[in-house]
Amino acid sequence: MRIWRLVRKIWETDPRVDPNPLVYAILTLAAILYPVWAQVSTGGQGDFLISVLADAGVYILLAIGLNVVVGFAGLLDLGYAAFFAIGAYTYAFLASDHLVVTPLQEAVHLPFWIVLFIGLFVAAAFGLILGAPTLRLRGDYLAIVTLGFGEIVPRVFKNLSVWTSGVNGISALDKPVLPVWLNGPWSGDPLEVVQNFKIISPMAFYVVMVLLLGICVVLVNNLRRSRVGRAWMAVREDEVAAAAMGVNTVRIKLLAFAIGAAFSGFAGSFYGAKLSLVSPENFGFSVSITILVMIVLGGMGNIPGVIIGSLLIYGITFLFLPALPPLAEEWATNIGLGGLVPPNGDWPGIGQEMQRLKFLIFGAILVLTMLLRPQGLIPSRVRQQELRKGVQEDMTIEDVNAETTA
Amino acid sequence: MVSSVANARTRLLAGSRGRLLNGTLLALIAIALVILATKVATNGPAYFIQIVVYGLANGSIFALIALGYTMVYGIVELINFAHGDVFTLGGFISLWLLPIFGITEGGTVTGVGLILPLLAILVLSMVVCAVVNVTIERVAYRPLRHAPRLTPLITAVGMSFVLEGIMFLWRGPFNLHYPNVLPATSIELGGANGPAIGFKDIAVIVIAVVLMIALTLFVERTKLGKAMRATAQDRDAAELMGIDINRTIAATFFIGALLAGAGGMIFGLYYNTITFDQGFTAGLVAFTAAVFGGIGNIQGAALGGLVIGMIQSLSDGYFDTAWTQVLIFAILVLVLVFRPTGILGMRVPEK
Repeated sequence: MRIWRLVRKIWETDPRVDPNPLVYAILTLAAILYPVWAQVSTGGQGDFLISVLADAGVYILLAIGLNVVVGFAGLLDLGYAAFFAIGAYTYAFLASDHLVVTPLQEAVHLPFWIVLFIGLFVAAAFGLILGAPTLRLRGDYLAIVTLGFGEIVPRVFKNLSVWTSGVNGISALDKPVLPVWLNGPWSGDPLEVVQNFKIISPMAFYVVMVLLLGICVVLVNNLRRSRVGRAWMAVREDEVAAAAMGVNTVRIKLLAFAIGAAFSGFAGSFYGAKLSLVSPENFGFSVSITILVMIVLGGMGNIPGVIIGSLLIYGITFLFLPALPPLAEEWATNIGLGGLVPPNGDWPGIGQEMQRLKFLIFGAILVLTMLLRPQGLIPSRVRQQELRKGVQEDMTIEDVNAETTA
Repeated sequence: MVSSVANARTRLLAGSRGRLLNGTLLALIAIALVILATKVATNGPAYFIQIVVYGLANGSIFALIALGYTMVYGIVELINFAHGDVFTLGGFISLWLLPIFGITEGGTVTGVGLILPLLAILVLSMVVCAVVNVTIERVAYRPLRHAPRLTPLITAVGMSFVLEGIMFLWRGPFNLHYPNVLPATSIELGGANGPAIGFKDIAVIVIAVVLMIALTLFVERTKLGKAMRATAQDRDAAELMGIDINRTIAATFFIGALLAGAGGMIFGLYYNTITFDQGFTAGLVAFTAAVFGGIGNIQGAALGGLVIGMIQSLSDGYFDTAWTQVLIFAILVLVLVFRPTGILGMRVPEK
C-alpha cells in the first residue's frame, strides 16, 4: 500500500518535475530487458525483433527532434523528412563506394562516428538556410515552406541521378566500425582484442541506438530546462510577450529549427548505416506526417510521451498494418469463412481487402486520437495545464463580452 | 505612441529589405523568361500555342481546386489537406455515374443528348463532394475549432487518408481509365501542321470560367457571400453582428467542394485517367497556386491556378517533366520568402 502511495506521489508530483523519474526508470528497464525477452521468447532467434526495435529507435530519435521544433517552440514543420533524407544521403556519399560512379570518381570512406556528426551539421545548416528567411513570418507560413521543402528534397535526390543514382538509391554503405572491441567468452569466442570491429549484428545496433537515445533524452531535457528552453516555451505561448521580455524571437526560433533539423540529420545518418541503403522513396511526406503524428499522439512536449507515441505508431504502421492481410486470412480460415480468402469477381480476397484498408485505418486513428484525446496519451503536464487554462481564459473573455452587450 | 514609432521603424526596415528581395525575385524571373524565350524561339510558334492552350486548361483545373483551399483558409485559417482528395472524389463519383446515365466511350449519343446527362453528372458529383466536405467539417474540424492550431491540421491529414482509403477500397490501387466521351474535334489554326485547339480544351476552360464567375457573383452579391467575407475578416465581430458562424463556415466548405468536385470530373474528362491518390499532389500544387495568388484572396487563387498551370505546361514542354514539381514547390518556397502575401496579396502574415 505504501509503495503504491509512493508511486502515486511520484506520478502526481508537481508539474515542475516534468521529466518524471518513474517513467524514465520503466523505459530504461524495458530497454534493457527487451533483448533478453526477445531472445528467450523465440529461443535465441530474436535477432529480427531486436532489429525492429533498433529501426524504431531511429523514429524515436526523429520524434524527439521534431518535438523540439513543434512541442517546445511551437513551430510547425511539415517537411521534417527532408532533413532526414539529407542526413542519410550525407552518410551515403561519405561512407560508401558510390562516389566512384559519380563525376567525382573517387570513393570517400569516413568513419561512421564522424559522418554521424557531419550529417548532423549538414542538416542543421540546411535548417538554418531554410529557417532564416521564413522564421520572421508567423503562423502557418513556416508549415507551408517546410512542406514545400519536404517535397523538393526527395525529388531533387531522385532527379539528380548522376550523383544519387536516382530511384535506385545508393546501396552497400559502410558498416559502422568500433576502433577496438573485446571478444570473450560472452560472445562465444576466446578472449581477444579485435581491431576495427564491424557493427553488423542487430544487437550491436540496438545497443548503439539505446545509448544514443539515452544521450539525446538527457540533452533535450537539459535544453528544455535551460534559458533557451524557457525562451522556446515563452515564444510558443505568446510571441509578443516573449519579445517584450527580451527574448530574441527570431534567433530562438531559428535555434529550435536548426536543432530539430540536426536531430533529423543525425537520425538519417544512423538510418543509412543501419539499412545500408538509401533511396528517395523513403523520405516522402508520409514520413514527415508519421513523425508528427507520433509526437502528437504521445503527448507533445513530453519526452516519455513522445517515445511511447513513436513506439505505438511505429508498431502500427510498420508491423501491425503490413501483418494484417495474412492475419485476416488466417482468422477467416479458422472461423470457417475460408471462402473469403481467394479473390472472386469484384472481391479481391480478404488479404488484399485488408491491404486496401490500411489507409483508412491509419486515417481513422489520426482523426479519432485528435477528437478524443487532443493532448496526447501522456501529455506534458505543464502544457496540459496551459491548455486547460487557455480554454478557461477564452471563456471568461466571452463572458465579459456577454455582459457588456447585455 | 511608442508602439506606433516601433511599427513605423519595422515598416521602414521591412521596406528596404523588401525592395532588395523583390529585386532578387525580379532578376530570377527575368533570367527564367530569357531562357524560356530562347527555347520558344527554337521550337517554333505552333508548339508554343499548343503549350499555352494546354497550360490554360491545366491551370483552370488547378484554379478550381485552389479556390477551395483559399476560401477555407481565409475563413478558418486551416490548410484543408482533405480538399485534394475531395477533388479526386469528384472524379470517382462521376466515373461511377457515367454508365448509369448511359454514357460510354464510343457511344452514339451526341449533341444535346450528350451534354445534358454530362451536366447532370457534373452537378451530382459536385453536390456529393460538397456534402462529403461539409460532413468532414462537421465531424473533424468543428469540434476542434478552439483547440490548438496543430490539432485540426492533423485531423485534416487523417481525413485525407480516410478519403483516399475509401476510394482505394472502392476501385483499387490502379490507374483507372476515364471514358473519353467528349468529341475529339478541334479547331486547326494555320493548316494541318499548325496548332490545334481541341473541343476538350475549350470545354474545360469554359466550365471553369463559368464556375468562377458564378462564385465571384455569389461572394460579392449575396447575403451569404457577404457573411462569408465578414467572417473571414473578423469572426468575433461577425458573430456580434448576428451572423451564424457555423452556417457560414459550413457554406464555405460546401462551395469550395462544389468547385473541387467539378475540377475532379473535368480532370477525368480531360486526361482520361484517374487514380485514388492523385489528389495529394494535385492538392499541393493547387495549394501552391492559392499561396501564389495570396491566400485568402479569391481572384488571387484563380490567377495563381492559371499561372501555376502555365508554368507546369511550359516546364513540361520546354524543360524536363521530372523537374516540374521541384520547380513548382521551389516557387512556393520563394514566394513565401520574398512575397508572403502572394502576387495579389491580402492577408498580412506579420501581425
